[in-house]
Amino acid sequence: MTPVSSPSSSYSPWRSAIRHILRRPGALAGIVILLVMTMLALLAPVIAPQNPYDLSQLDILDGRLLPGSQSATGFTFWLGSDDQGRDMFSAILYGTRTSLWIGFISSFLALVIGTSLGIFSAWQGGRIDAVIMRIVDIQLSFPPILIALILLTLFGQGAEKIVLALVITQWAYYTRAVRGNALVEMERNYVAAAKTLALSQPRIMFHHVLPNCLPSLTVVATLRIAYAIMLEATLSFLGIGLPVTQPSLGLLIANGFDYLLSGDYWISLYPGMVLLLLIIAINLLGDALRDITNPQREAR
Amino acid sequence: MSIIEPVLDVRHLSIELKTDGAWKTIVQPLSFAIRPGETLALVGESGSGKSVTAYGIMQLLPALHSRIRGSIAFQGRDLLTLGTKQMQDIRGNRIGMIFQEPMSSLNPVLTIGTQITEVLKRHRGMDNRAARQEAIRLLERVRISSAASRLDAYPLHFSGGMRQRVVIAIALACQPDLLIADEPTTALDVTVQAEILTLIQTLQREENMAALFITHDMGVVAEVADKVLVMNQGQGLEMSDTRSLFQHPRHPYTRKLIEAVPRLGDMRGISAPMAFNTTQPQPDTVQPGKPVLQVNDLCQRFPVRSGWMRRITKEVHAVDRVSFDLQPGETLGLVGESGCGKSTLAKTIMRLLEASDGKVVLEQQDLLGANPLQLAAMRRRIQLIFQDPWESLNPRMRIGDALAEPMLAHGLVTADQADQAVADLLQSVGLAAEMASRFPHQFSGGQRQRVCIARALALKPSVIIADESVSALDVSVRAEIINLLMDIQRSQGIGLLFISHDMAVVERISHRVAVMYQGKIVEIGSRQAVLETPAHPYTQHLLSAVPIPDPDYQRPALKPFPKPQLTEWPINQRLPPLRYLEVAKGHKVLVDGAGEE
Repeated sequence: MTPVSSPSSSYSPWRSAIRHILRRPGALAGIVILLVMTMLALLAPVIAPQNPYDLSQLDILDGRLLPGSQSATGFTFWLGSDDQGRDMFSAILYGTRTSLWIGFISSFLALVIGTSLGIFSAWQGGRIDAVIMRIVDIQLSFPPILIALILLTLFGQGAEKIVLALVITQWAYYTRAVRGNALVEMERNYVAAAKTLALSQPRIMFHHVLPNCLPSLTVVATLRIAYAIMLEATLSFLGIGLPVTQPSLGLLIANGFDYLLSGDYWISLYPGMVLLLLIIAINLLGDALRDITNPQREAR
Repeated sequence: MSIIEPVLDVRHLSIELKTDGAWKTIVQPLSFAIRPGETLALVGESGSGKSVTAYGIMQLLPALHSRIRGSIAFQGRDLLTLGTKQMQDIRGNRIGMIFQEPMSSLNPVLTIGTQITEVLKRHRGMDNRAARQEAIRLLERVRISSAASRLDAYPLHFSGGMRQRVVIAIALACQPDLLIADEPTTALDVTVQAEILTLIQTLQREENMAALFITHDMGVVAEVADKVLVMNQGQGLEMSDTRSLFQHPRHPYTRKLIEAVPRLGDMRGISAPMAFNTTQPQPDTVQPGKPVLQVNDLCQRFPVRSGWMRRITKEVHAVDRVSFDLQPGETLGLVGESGCGKSTLAKTIMRLLEASDGKVVLEQQDLLGANPLQLAAMRRRIQLIFQDPWESLNPRMRIGDALAEPMLAHGLVTADQADQAVADLLQSVGLAAEMASRFPHQFSGGQRQRVCIARALALKPSVIIADESVSALDVSVRAEIINLLMDIQRSQGIGLLFISHDMAVVERISHRVAVMYQGKIVEIGSRQAVLETPAHPYTQHLLSAVPIPDPDYQRPALKPFPKPQLTEWPINQRLPPLRYLEVAKGHKVLVDGAGEE
């Protein structure tokens, strides 16, 4: 009935987490890709051969050069250049940087807000729970892209505005997942045990119930980060996200879109591949995290 | 009998299973034979490999993850050499099988009739009408009344015992020569268990069918088996006929197993509780004077909804006017079958459920009327130990933190004293202090229950409620935990409300016993009075159903007793106090009769 495990005396969650990742090539690949991309994005100002924001470095005559070709000044465009003569490699580094921070910041904020509301809702129950959950239902019945479109039309362009829009479209997913999970956990005996020990309700909710919601929360969070990055890319692609001066991956793809049919594939293709790789890597990481956050996995 | 060819002849059977990529030997070479009409019991504690053996014989282990060696001759044919198709013709046809969980071995979305006729059509080539006729006959044979009308019912309409009867009917559909029963009665109440065991034995006699019975319960073994094979950690330790096994166990493990099993009636003439592995009764721990816990006319009513609006129209009384006192240092055993309201009573006393009516007084303070602040202080004094230690520990918390948390929250220790306090607690329940850094899943079932006891002790309670706290444990571990509880009671003078369905265990540990039926206490009194001279018909019925681990014991025929059926009352119906008759000093019996209303 209960899994019988061989009791081991020394147990370190970190060591076992690392061992677990090393055993799964997919997880390892996801983490390596994500780490490399994060590093590249962070170090973009150092690595990038060109500052794509500095218009004085651009020459319109270098526009739409094939990957590997050289400019008049002897500069090599390893991934080609876009219509304004921007080095695609540099632009992708900076674009990844923008996409990553917008994705992570907005998801983190949505996670904190959504999880708190979900736990609060499950804890309070009754009318408060009903009100919060109906708001969630209404919110989730609209496609997020539609909500984001409306919000951005109201707010106008800008990185902080897109973060705000993303948080508003995403929090409800966390709330629903956490609340459902918390309700299940609250029925379990360890919560009853905590009650009989007269622990305070906030302590039970945040110390006992919340940690046990982590596995499913991790899954939701990774899916949502990937989705937030895609949503931002989509909004930028549609031209209502970030300003042209601050290109994200989505905007880069949009820039190349006009030339796609004229054979200048590289302007859209390379940012697109980077975006794809990024999202796959996040999902692989999510798989691994879900297993790691479950301390019983070794008992299975 | 020995000239007759065995139905099943197993020789040097060994089974390896692949777990986490590595092969592990689960069953060491094992040989046994069963002749027609004979019953062999495979006995062992969890992890002994008894179920794996049965699955191996039936070829039900996943082919890619198991390696079976040796020979399994069934009526002269080696099952290991047969192909999948041939095996299917034998399985469910020549060999019937009954599993532990009658809930999960029937398909919930198919009618009972469909599930029986399916087998008949597949193996006996019957057409629809003939199969239906035969299905009715089979249901009648397993003593299901008005079988024809039940054919179109779904499993959910049946109680646990009825479902197990249906499973037996399916297993017997093709008149098998061998029946393999894997813990067939473990999930059932004792009275139902008694009926099912009698049924299997009768059917076996009628058909001269051989049976392989897998169980952990020595009482069941003594009742049904002709021969016994004792298993431990994949090894067959000892095989002999049932009587000599109980009288002269040869292997030390068998001896330990038999000693660890309490035998109802062992305590005849002894008034004090008695620990296991000792012949000395406990010294008197009961302190006279003011009771530590008083329960008066406690009621817990649950709503019954009906109509398409799902409005509350009626109520059932899950706990019905329950009253008792508990002295410091006293153990009150509370027995009853599933659904009688014993766990609900525990939760109501603990205020995990709010009571509908009545009074609970803990150390002269009203518990039910206490405001949240008072309640927090009072909860320190009364603790609950759950049935499943796995479920009642937070899987994400180290044991040390789980034990320190309540003490810190109540300010019993400071942060720097916590480690020492945790170490002391662990040692007091027989665990090593270093275990504090482990997670719950790194403990065995018995150790986890010790952790739960340690946690309950952390707040220095004066009352502990143990709700089926030893029921999920193996017999030898169960004996240790009961001894531990008795030690703790002696050293700390705790009042213990010990809730269990296991009469023999209750007999061992209790000073007084209360019997619960349909939410009411039908009989309460000193242990000797209730168990030796039971006065209420339900108590007598319950006691006669308990299997006794003694092959010479002949169980009296069960007297039929009305099945529990909770009456539906109008909302907020208050009933007059129950009337009890005091048959002897402190021995009270419910007068109103169990089947009234």
